[in-house]
Amino acid sequence: MVAETLRIATPYACAAVGGIWAERSGVIQIGLEAVLLTSAFTSVAVAATTGSAALGLLAGVASGALLSVLHAVLVERARVHAVISGIALNLLAYAGTRLLLRALFDSASNSPGIDGFRFGPTGADGASMLARFFLDPVTLAALAATALTPFVLARTRFGLRARAAGENPVAAASVGIDVSRVRIAALAVSGAICALGGVHLAFDQHRFESGMSSGRGFMALAAVVVSGWRAERAVAACVAFGALEALQIVLQDQANRSAGAELIQLLPYVATLVVLGFAAGRAAAPEGLGKHAED
Amino acid sequence: MRSLLPVALAVAGIVLLLNLISFAFGVAPLATLRAAAAGTWGTPYGIGQVLFKATPLVFTGLAFEVGFRAGLFNIGAEGQLALGSLAGGCVGAALPAGTPWILALPLCIGVAMGTAALVALVPGLMRARLGVHEIISTIMVNRIADGIVPFALVTLLGATSLRTADLVAGASLPKLERALPAFAGSAASVAFPLAIAVAFGVEALLRRTRAGREMRWTGQNAEACRAEGIDVPRRQVQAMLLSGALAGGAMTATVLGYKGYFELGLGTGAGFTGIAVALLGRGHPLGIVLAAVFFGTLQQAGLAINAHVPKEAMDVLTACAIVLVAVANRASRAVGSPAPDGGSAAVPPEPASVES
Repeated sequence: MVAETLRIATPYACAAVGGIWAERSGVIQIGLEAVLLTSAFTSVAVAATTGSAALGLLAGVASGALLSVLHAVLVERARVHAVISGIALNLLAYAGTRLLLRALFDSASNSPGIDGFRFGPTGADGASMLARFFLDPVTLAALAATALTPFVLARTRFGLRARAAGENPVAAASVGIDVSRVRIAALAVSGAICALGGVHLAFDQHRFESGMSSGRGFMALAAVVVSGWRAERAVAACVAFGALEALQIVLQDQANRSAGAELIQLLPYVATLVVLGFAAGRAAAPEGLGKHAED
Repeated sequence: MRSLLPVALAVAGIVLLLNLISFAFGVAPLATLRAAAAGTWGTPYGIGQVLFKATPLVFTGLAFEVGFRAGLFNIGAEGQLALGSLAGGCVGAALPAGTPWILALPLCIGVAMGTAALVALVPGLMRARLGVHEIISTIMVNRIADGIVPFALVTLLGATSLRTADLVAGASLPKLERALPAFAGSAASVAFPLAIAVAFGVEALLRRTRAGREMRWTGQNAEACRAEGIDVPRRQVQAMLLSGALAGGAMTATVLGYKGYFELGLGTGAGFTGIAVALLGRGHPLGIVLAAVFFGTLQQAGLAINAHVPKEAMDVLTACAIVLVAVANRASRAVGSPAPDGGSAAVPPEPASVES
């Protein structure tokens, strides 16, 4: 159950941390879903053609970062509204991966299987599942990124600049920070971390399926908002989502698939609305979210 | 003329991209283009299909437009439409068999629009009274609607095939082929002229009524409106209600004009494409109708070329068109003077702050 929870929570957590990076630097990012899908597809496509999971991981992360940077460039340089760009990217990723699936693998729904990483014991019991989880390079990278994010945001020069750009772009620009450039860099980090989640998703299923991110990017967005834009709390929320989903799987295994199980899936979204309603008085979002330095 | 730049850019970009994609699939680009043209504007049937595809987009485009004019970013048309269609479909199926159309149609449409408006009321109230930004809340409501629709169909209605029962005969909109036999076989219905009428009606409402004018002013400068004594939260809630109702109106084309019942996934995607329609339509009713026809053409062309190139190619093109239009809108606005009345939709008025 613990291993299952962590396994399920990893893509959520990666996407949420990616979302934190984007939004703390002041760029609204509703395209996390697109990043997850694109990176999942790229990692599988590269792993399937080269036979190397490591190359797949690298390519997946690179594609996620690239897509995220595209979003940042559209928002910062071309001044497209971030929500429009995010929606367009989500559509692009969904349709684009399906198109490429047809082009590369001649299939409408899924890619051929890939191996992914296989380390550690192979048993199906809880302990060896947990061991496999902690030996998986994708998971380790995700854990590292998650653990480092609060530190980097709070203590390093780059993190401080990103937050300055997110809190008050005008002030940041006035002390000589190139807000657009900082944001584009932050979005690259955001995309790379979020992409780890996509790669994990694909390697975990050992293949790519059309639309396999199935709303995880939005769920992560919910976690970001619920956490008040703080990485540690967002990850905790994601682990809670993971536990909820693992619980559902256990319930379904017991063959009494109740109607309630379907509605439990909606809990994170309802919780987000409730938290938003109650937290409205206190400013939780970065002040400069969606604002530009000069306008 | 400046307003034609985004259109020209979008069309040019799309044709170019379609060429590239068909080239990548090893099909002669010209053959794909020809198939796309023949399947859409080449035959009366194709034209009918384009109009059918365009109809929901007129409604969802208007839905975004109304919110946008009032300074609101309603990206929840997707969920509003889904729940509205579900409610309208349920009512239509539950009516006694002999209900005359004069009763059945207004009832179905009214319930659908009312439900959709109620769905929009949640983010609307949260924005107006609590200052919660509608972008996040409408996304969350969309996701909740995504979960509720299958739950309601399976668990509450006990449907086995994820659809409602057939609507009563009186609750269906006549197809256009009854008046224009050339459209025979296409799914275009009276919903299309209805959508055009609604587009102009909404514009008149925004321009000629006090409520509409105050909504637009709120969108342009909420602070000034507050100082002038306009009840800004009230106008925001009203705009959101109207926006949601319009999104729900899209079910006239899908449920009433085409299927005759509601099924899971009917109308999906119209909510998001509606945003693109509003961006391209640029604050004019005729512009919105034409933009809807444009994106409807893309959708129908996707089906027409499916034998050559997977139809997903057209969704890729739609996504690119959204970006191209947004960029071109922005560029054309930067060059000339700002369009009157927030007509340019590339840069929406930023809300004063998240926690007003």
